[in-house]
Amino acid sequence: MKQPDPAVRVARFTKVERIAHWVNAVLFTITMATGAMFYFGFGQSLLSDRALVRAVHVYSGLGILVAFAVAVGPRWGRSLRRDLSRINRWSSDDVRWFRSRGRDDTVRLGKFNPGQKLNAVFVGAAAIVLGFTGSIMYWNQAFGTDTRTGADFVHQWFGWLIWITVFGHIVLAFRDFESFRGMTRGTVSTAWAAQHRPRWYAEEHSSTTEDAELADA
Amino acid sequence: MTNEPGTPIGRRVFLGLVGVGAVGVATGSTISNWWQQLAKRDPTGLSAVFPGGGGWRYYTVTGDYPKRPTADYRLKVHGLVDTPLTLTYDELVALPPTRLDRDFQCVTGWRVLGVKWQGVRLSDLLDRAGVQPHARALRLTSFDGAYTESLTMEQARRKDVMVAYQLDRKPISSDHGGPVRLYVAPMYGYKSVKWLDGIEVVDKVIPGYWEERGYSIDAWVGRSNGRNDETT
Repeated sequence: MKQPDPAVRVARFTKVERIAHWVNAVLFTITMATGAMFYFGFGQSLLSDRALVRAVHVYSGLGILVAFAVAVGPRWGRSLRRDLSRINRWSSDDVRWFRSRGRDDTVRLGKFNPGQKLNAVFVGAAAIVLGFTGSIMYWNQAFGTDTRTGADFVHQWFGWLIWITVFGHIVLAFRDFESFRGMTRGTVSTAWAAQHRPRWYAEEHSSTTEDAELADA
Repeated sequence: MTNEPGTPIGRRVFLGLVGVGAVGVATGSTISNWWQQLAKRDPTGLSAVFPGGGGWRYYTVTGDYPKRPTADYRLKVHGLVDTPLTLTYDELVALPPTRLDRDFQCVTGWRVLGVKWQGVRLSDLLDRAGVQPHARALRLTSFDGAYTESLTMEQARRKDVMVAYQLDRKPISSDHGGPVRLYVAPMYGYKSVKWLDGIEVVDKVIPGYWEERGYSIDAWVGRSNGRNDETT
């Protein structure tokens, strides 16, 4: 492979994907902050209106699912759908990366590393689980006592786990600033792409027309 | 669809996690009981780091936990009674006590197991005041200034309904609804009025705070608010 030109940057995330990510980040922050108030039991005394905190939590939480549907469903969601498909598939290199916990340097990764894939899958599944358990808690009239208790229990556990994964996600994003830049400006350096995501880098070079199309989306 | 070869592990993990959530809803009631009991006996205190170990959630409808020193506390029993009563905290505590070791179950799902309650049976207070024959129900009020509840006379006379002043062997704190609150053991938590200061005997049921907002007037655990199944 020839040396990458440092001035050239590689398109990583389209505008639609970045907007979707940051809308999601804002909604997650609101939902997790209000959720923590209930979890630690200080929301009621800190903020004067418990019903308001609850409404904010419920609607920002449901907003996460709605915003995702809006981002992924229409024509403009093509690049996001393509990335979801990448997140779904694990290559044999991914499996080796995972088994060696990232230390095997013969591994050639695609656009996402397996840790990012698992994070995305967990957050997605947790959003669904928190959505349906939260709905049982909110519209509890339709459910039996044991179902409500079960939903509450699951909601607490997934809420707790999502705090840990989101915290980890933020820490790792700041540790790899070039990767972070991919989500703020939409591009990464060719050096970063070639070194950390060689299979993706090669793929981008072999399909330049599609890239141009994606970047415009 | 995909440009990358490989196994659809993402989808499997995703479906697996959603499945865990669904199974968790179905079995969570049992698991959380088991987990709460474990947390209670945990000598390391490690279980406190993890969720679901039980514990109270402190509700208030006014945004504030009203505080009233026991010296200033008064409980009024009035309405359709022969002798209206105004009891001080000391007078209430001096009455023959009753104890219950029962769960606290919220209508939204959370529950605290085996809470030790001490107080005065509501029926004892009613007997002291002398309920008139045409009385049918109680209207209960809170010194938070907003919360109200209702009980039929038959419900109020049950042995597992008390005016409580001790929770887990300690005076009831302000966030728990102290110094004096109601405890209606067979019903969802919203019946157990916090910061109780008034028991008015009336001739018909007047829906309380949450009942005006859609909750069932008869709040039997497991047999109200949309369902009729076994009482826990």
